This record gives sequence, structure tokens and C-alpha cells, in this order.
Amino acid sequence: MNLSTAPKGNFWHRLANPARFERLARWLTPWFLLGFLGFVSTGLYFGLYASPIDYQQKDTVRIMYVHVPAAWLAMMTYSTLAISGFVFLVWRHPLAEVAGLAAAPIGAVFTALALVTGAIWGQPTWGTWWVWDARLTSVLILFFLFIGYIALRNAFDDPSRAAKSTAILAIVGAVNLPIIKFSVEWWNTLHQPASVSRFDAPAIDPAMLRPLLLMACAYLCLFFFVLIFRMRLELVRRRITALQYAQAGVSDR
Amino acid sequence: MGRTELSGFIATLNRDLSIARREGGEAFLAVLFFVLGALLFPLGVGPEAQLLAAVSAGLIWVMALLSTLLALDRLFQADWREGTLELLVISPEPLPLIIAAKCTAHWIVTGLPMAVAAPVMALLLNLPPEGWFTLVGALLIGGLALSFIGSICAALLIGSRRGGVLMTILALPLYIPTLIFGAGAVQAAVGGYESTGHLALMGAITLSSISLCPWVTSAALKQAME
Repeated sequence: MNLSTAPKGNFWHRLANPARFERLARWLTPWFLLGFLGFVSTGLYFGLYASPIDYQQKDTVRIMYVHVPAAWLAMMTYSTLAISGFVFLVWRHPLAEVAGLAAAPIGAVFTALALVTGAIWGQPTWGTWWVWDARLTSVLILFFLFIGYIALRNAFDDPSRAAKSTAILAIVGAVNLPIIKFSVEWWNTLHQPASVSRFDAPAIDPAMLRPLLLMACAYLCLFFFVLIFRMRLELVRRRITALQYAQAGVSDR
Repeated sequence: MGRTELSGFIATLNRDLSIARREGGEAFLAVLFFVLGALLFPLGVGPEAQLLAAVSAGLIWVMALLSTLLALDRLFQADWREGTLELLVISPEPLPLIIAAKCTAHWIVTGLPMAVAAPVMALLLNLPPEGWFTLVGALLIGGLALSFIGSICAALLIGSRRGGVLMTILALPLYIPTLIFGAGAVQAAVGGYESTGHLALMGAITLSSISLCPWVTSAALKQAME
């Protein structure tokens, strides 16, 4: 006799079970932390010490190793938001909703980091903290989209209403992503065009590319570490709320 | 006239317009805000003609954005509170079409009067006459985009706490492209350049928001009514 009511199906279906996700997440968390520590230490070693200075920018070029991965990750986090919104709306996957909720503040911090380090880098190289260049403006919009997402999340008493509304907002805001990506090509302004993700070979010296990619891996590990950690927190928080409801004798939904 | 696909559209449009008419001037308060707000700037930045001429195109556009924003909660809020919105959502008429009608009515009540008032603003804010025609045209086209894009945010915020401030945070980032090309067109015309490039891009924004936003808004409305 089979009494199991757990949904059978592919990997993603099985992950919808919070206990199963918790087991996988608990196993993954230390690995991402270790990966982050490993990548960030080698990345910083190569970035701050074992890489050449730029012939024009001198040592300020090293800001790149903090700035560029932050900007990449900011866009990746927004894609996560939009994709998880889509997955939630289409397949009603419960983890997708939690992932969006968990990713938004991380994305806001990455975007803020990219903007702030960009300003610090812009001061010595462009001679100004801020210009209304298309790239900078579109990244600033990205920051406000993250803030709007978080604010909309908190604006509803009903959590499922909040989840669906923010999912739709995240998908709408995704129009900004190609604008950020191509802003340096459509508007020929102060921010330099892409030099790594190009169809031909990267227009950057391998000695500089190495720390850049190491730092990108470090940021990526940090992102997944914080994301999974926050998702676990949220699931535990929900479980506590459900238990409190049960204890108070109120049927939850 | 027999029943056509557009009858739901026409009926909703007529309904919203007659509500706006019978409310008296209430619908036009947004336009009043547009005029008064813009007239604060000469008092704030100083009445020098040169300075005003340089910034007036942007000022008028920013005020158009803000007053559209102010009027956005008129789109669904009253209908939601009295229950009409629920009937519209469950009606057999296609919901995106009804939403398109409501946005069009919203534009007729807010965007259109703003474009009509714009030459007066241009006069008071010392915008060079070369830009007047472009300003009115850009506000006419861009106003439609503002109403349609705004409908998404208005639908998302139905029934939320602190709707007003949130509307600003959600809608303004989405309004920025329209602002850039709208003000850019006027600036180009004032500077003696060709403004059709900006206007064409803004027309593209308007057309894509007219064709896409009603679907997003209907998804947002449906989940709000569940």
C-alpha cells in the first residue's frame, strides 16, 4: 500500500517539497560559501597585487574588479527575478515565488554597489562622479525597479496577492535589461562599450581578464549563498506562521 | 449598429467618458496640477528668459508625467471599490479590449487636455516657438503611452496599502524612456534639428505599449480579483 502523497515528477517538481529543498539547500550552502571565499581571495590577490596597472588609469583600474562583476550580477539578479516571476505565474512553482522574494534585496545591493563603485571610478577617470549617460541612467532605473519590487511585496496583507503582483512587475521591468546591455552601443556616450562579452576575442588583456573572471565567480557564489540562505529563512518563517495559526486554532487559508 | 468585436470597447469608452463628464471638473484637476506645478518653476529657479527657454521643454514633460501619475488611480480605484471592476473582469467581452477603452478614456480626460494646455505653458515658460508644434504632437502621442503603461501599475496596486507613493515608485521608472524621447524631440526642434527621429522612437514606444500593456494589465486585474 502506498500512502505517499508527495508529487512524483521531475527534479523541479520534487523540489517543491520544502523539506526536500531544505535538505538540498543545507548541503549546498557551505559549498557556495567555500567557493566564494576561495574565489574572492584569489581574485583579490590577482586584482590588487598580481595584475598590471593600466597605462592611462594607473591603479584606479583595479576598481574594475569590484565594479564590473557587481554590474553583471545586478543584471543577472534581475533576470532571476523576471524568470522566477514567469515560472511562478505559469507553473505556480512555490519555490519560484520564494526565490524572487529572496533575490530582490540582493539585486538592489549589487546595483547600488555597481553605481557607487562606478562613481568612485568615474571621479579620477572621467573627472566627475556622475553623468547622465545612457548606461548609468538605465542602471539607476534598474535600482528603482528593485526598490519598487520590494515595496510592492510589502504593500499587500495577502501574501499570494503580493507574489503575483510582483511577478508581473518583474516581467514588465525586464524590458530594461536589453536597454542596459545595448545602451553603450545605441548611445555613444561616456561609458565604454563591452570589452569582455563580445563575439570576437575579449578586448582586454588576459592578465586583467583573469582577476575579473575570478571576482565574477566570487560574486556568483556569494549570490547563490545569500539567495539559498534567504530562501531557507523565508520557508522557515512561513512554517512558523503556519504553526502559530495552527496553535491559535485558526485554519490557514 | 450590430454587435461587433468593438462594441465592448465603445461601451466602456462611452461609460468612462460620461462618468468623467458628470463628475464635473474633478477629472480635470490633473490638468490644473499640470499648469500650476509648471508655473511654480519660474518662481523657484528665477524668471530669467534665457534660463527658462533652456529648461521649459523638460519642465513641461516632467509635469505631464507627474500629473498623469496623479490621475492614474482614477483608472480602476473607483470601479474596484463599487464592484464594477469585478463585473468587467468576468464579462464575456475580451478584458484587454475593455482595458484599452479605459486607458483611451483616461487619455482623453488627462493627456488630451494637457496637450491642449501645453502651448499656453510654452508661452509662459518662454519655450522658443520652433518647439511648440513638436511639443503638442509629442504630448499627444506620448500621453497615450503614459496612460497605457500607467494602467499596469494602477492594476497592480489595487487593494494595496499606501497606493499613492508606491504608484510613483512603480510608474516613474517605466515612464523614463517616454520622457527622454518626448523632451528630446522638443529640444531638437528648438535647437533647429530634425525631431522626427525622437518622435518616431516615441511613436514606437506608444504603439508597443498600446498593443502590449492591455494584456499585462488584464493579467494584473485578474489576479487582483481572485
